[in-house]
This record gives sequence, C-alpha cells and structure tokens, in this order.
Amino acid sequence: MSKPVISGWRLRTAQCGLLACIILFWHIFTDPDLLPPFYFDNPDQAAFFFGRPLEIASRTWHWFSSGEIYRHLGITLFETSMAFLIGTMGGLSMGLWLALNDTASAILDPYIKALNSMPRVILAPIFAVWFGLGVWSKVALGVTLVFFIVFFNVYQGVREVSPTLLANARMLGANHRQLLRSVYLPSATSWVFSSLHTSVGLAFVGAVVGEYLGSAGGVGYLILQAEGNFDVNTVFAGIVVLTAFALLLDALVGVIEKRLMVWQPKTAQSERL
Amino acid sequence: MTNQTLAPALAFDGVSCVFASNEEAGARYVAVGDTTLHVAPGEFVSVVGPTGCGKSTLLNVAAGLLEPSAGSIKVFGEPLVGINSRAGYMFQAEALMPWRSAISNVAAGLEFKGLSKAEAEREAGEWLKRVGLGGFENRYPHQMSGGMRKRTALAQTLILDPDIILMDEPFSALDVQTRQLMENEVLALWQAKRKAVLFITHDLDEAIAMSDRVVVLSAGPATYPIGEFTIDLERPRDVAEIRTHPRFVELHQQIWSVLRDEVLKGYAKQMEVTA
Repeated sequence: MSKPVISGWRLRTAQCGLLACIILFWHIFTDPDLLPPFYFDNPDQAAFFFGRPLEIASRTWHWFSSGEIYRHLGITLFETSMAFLIGTMGGLSMGLWLALNDTASAILDPYIKALNSMPRVILAPIFAVWFGLGVWSKVALGVTLVFFIVFFNVYQGVREVSPTLLANARMLGANHRQLLRSVYLPSATSWVFSSLHTSVGLAFVGAVVGEYLGSAGGVGYLILQAEGNFDVNTVFAGIVVLTAFALLLDALVGVIEKRLMVWQPKTAQSERL
Repeated sequence: MTNQTLAPALAFDGVSCVFASNEEAGARYVAVGDTTLHVAPGEFVSVVGPTGCGKSTLLNVAAGLLEPSAGSIKVFGEPLVGINSRAGYMFQAEALMPWRSAISNVAAGLEFKGLSKAEAEREAGEWLKRVGLGGFENRYPHQMSGGMRKRTALAQTLILDPDIILMDEPFSALDVQTRQLMENEVLALWQAKRKAVLFITHDLDEAIAMSDRVVVLSAGPATYPIGEFTIDLERPRDVAEIRTHPRFVELHQQIWSVLRDEVLKGYAKQMEVTA
C-alpha cells in the first residue's frame, strides 16, 4: 500500500495505451477480413452497426481538411456560448433578486420548483415553433438548461452569506447598493463559478440536442443527416468531434476558474496556522 | 473631570431584549433585562459574564444591529437610530471578506465612504504596517493565520477612526502568546487615540489587564450588571507583567468572588437544559 500512486509519464502512457487497446479491439472486431464472422451472417454487418475506426478517422480528417466542419462547428459553438452567457446572466440576476426579496421568492417558489422538475428537453419543439429552425431555438433550449443550475447555486449562495460578514460590512458603512456590490455579488459569483463546469456542459448539450431535433446546420445536424443515411461512421465521427470540443471547453473553463478564483482556499492550504 | 461634563459615549438606560423562544411556540426568552450601563468617552470598559448570558446581544444593541425591546440607547447624548455610525465593531467570528486581499479588506470602509480605491488603499497600507502586516498586503484571508486575520480585522475597524470601539471576544480564538501580543497592541493603539471601548470577554484576566472598569453580568436569562469594579492599575500596562501585580491579584479575587456564583448558576442552567 505504500507504493506511490501512478503519475507523470507512466500515467499518460497507461491512459494512451488503454485508448489504443480499445481502438484496436474495435478495429479487429469490425474488420471483415481480420476475424471470421462468428455472430453476424454477413462479415460486413459488424462494420455496418459499429462503424470502423479507420473510416471514422478518415471522415473526421476529411471534415477538417476540406473545411466542411468549420461552419457547423461554428454554429454549435455559437449556440453554446450564447446559451451559456444568457443563461448565466439570467440565473445570476434572478437568483440575486429572489434571494434578496422574500415576498417575490415566496410567491414564485412553487413555479420555480415546477419549471425545474419539468423535463425541459421537451420544450425543444415549442422553441422550434417560436424561434424557427435557426440558431435561436437551440440557444433557448440551452438557456433553459443553464439557467436553473446557475439560479439555484446563486440563490443558495446569497442565502448562505455569513451574517457576521454582512453585519461587518454594514458596520463599515456599506449602504444597500454597496452591500450588493461588495458582498452579495462576489459571494454569488463564487457559486456561479462552482457550477461553471456543469453549466458549460449543459449549454453544449442544449445546442446539440436542439440541432438533432431539427435544424439546418451544426454538428448535431451532421449527425442527424448521417443517421438518416445509415452512415454510422459519420455519426461516430460527429460524436468524436463533439467529445473533443466538450473536453476543450471544460479545459478552458478550468483555466478561467483558476485565474478568477485565486481567493478561494484550496483544501490543502485552508486554515494554515 | 472633563468627562463628566460630556455626554457618555454610550449610554444604555433600562435596556431589555426579548426574543421569541426556539423551544416553545409563543414562549419568550429575555436575553437582557433592564440594563443600565454608561461608557464615558475615552474609557475602556470590559464586560465579563458566564457563557450564554447575553453579552453579545448587548454589543449588537450598541452597534445598532439590534433594536432593544425596551429602554433607550444613546450615543454621545443622541438617541441611536439604525446603524451606529460612530462605532467600529470587531466581531468574534471571522468577518473578513474572503474575496478581498488584506489591503482591500482594510480599505473597504473608506471605499464605502466614497474615497477612491487608490486613496483608500494608500491609507490601508499604512494601517497594515501599523498592525504589523507590512508585506502581507496581497494575501487573501485563507492564506493568513488566525492571528494575522485578527490584525487585519483590527486595522479594518480602526481605519475609520471610530469614536466608540466595540469588541466581542475578539481574541478568544487565538493561542495564549498571540493573544497577549494582540492585547498589548490594542492597548498601545487605544492609548494613542483614547477612544471609548466596550470590550466583551469571558476571560477575567484579560478584562482586568486591559480596562479602566470591569462590569460583571449576571447569568442569563434576563442578564443585568451585578457588579462594577474600577481598575486602578497605572498605565501603560503590559498584559503579561501586570498579572503578577499585587493589586491585580486583589482585584481578581474581588471580581471572581462575584463572578463565580454567576458562572455556577449559568452552568447549572445549562445542565438543566441538557438533562
């Protein structure tokens, strides 16, 4: 048990090795020439259902080399960022307002609970009717997903501001606006950041699901098209691209978080005496 | 003698605080009952009492954070309405804004007053040096030790130059050595400015070593002052050395004989609740 946990280049090698194994396994079992058919009657059937890694790679490569993917990727990322921005702003201001206004929060409480427990993906057709098949119906879907995450975090965050901290700011002469700016808002923002990974992910989900349900562009649209043609390789290629960009977004959020949240204690350094 | 011609910095007259009880609906809990206490300008008054007797309630009333249920509170002769703008309050719990660095925490009060950030931070920098934190301007509260956070809080309170300083067991969370250092620093700062101080503590040694006057509160509920002792030890004092002074020992015995009964009562009360 005293052995150190695997780390550094060994860890990376192991991780890449695992990926290579999975792809190799996939390749062997879907290549009609490499393995005799033992389950499907037709040797091509495995490739038909599961796709083939080399085909997927070449399809992905073709997308990027021909530049075909950029327009779609641009649409999806635009929808994601708009959904994220609008949803976060809305959730932040609504959360602040309701947390500081007891009457409003008491009246709206059941409605917010109802809206939150509703499976909001089913709103997609309604948004398509309202906003058309363009980007804005996808943005609207993403906003409904992001909004509640941010809203509940901010609401909780503002409610839990330490009473001592508030009393101290008031004793130092802060008026209502200054309290909002220097106590409630920073406290709420820290909660927004703690939900940032989830909300960026959900904005992405909203965009792709919206596209998949009906659109004229975007990576979700490409997947929908390919599925209509039973082109499973392109479906997988779309999934690979989406996954890569989801990871990229997550890493970006991590960098921003690190920059802006310097004041937050890391578990190892809290209460150092 | 000039103090007598001036209105007291803080005057509690027949102050009572009644809260709704947590245990029974409709029942009431009297935290403070009919308390009269005056603090002269420039006077250092300590309030000691058993735990849970309502010491902090009294301080919250003086700060204007809590309105008394009965009685009046006057600040330099004027009835107190809303927050007491002439008072600075040093809390027992952590009260620094965790998202502000030390210097910007200290500058906060001046910024609220409308000073520019640059001006406020220049003055805050000087105050940080005064409390021995020069060079730690950009540390965030979580990067500082408990003692450093208390020093920052002290600078944050004193930078506004309040006429009344309210302190609620400010050093109770510190270790003995840091505590004595802080006590001496507070005394030195007080000596220079001579502001009225209302200092709440449960530590009798601390109270005697620092104050001009020690007020003993009864055990709760309906706590009220049951004894007042003038501390006639010469200043300046060193809180560690003064403890061996014969007059200190004498005063300690006198006050403790009053306080002990209340502490025992308070203890019995707590046992009753838990039983």
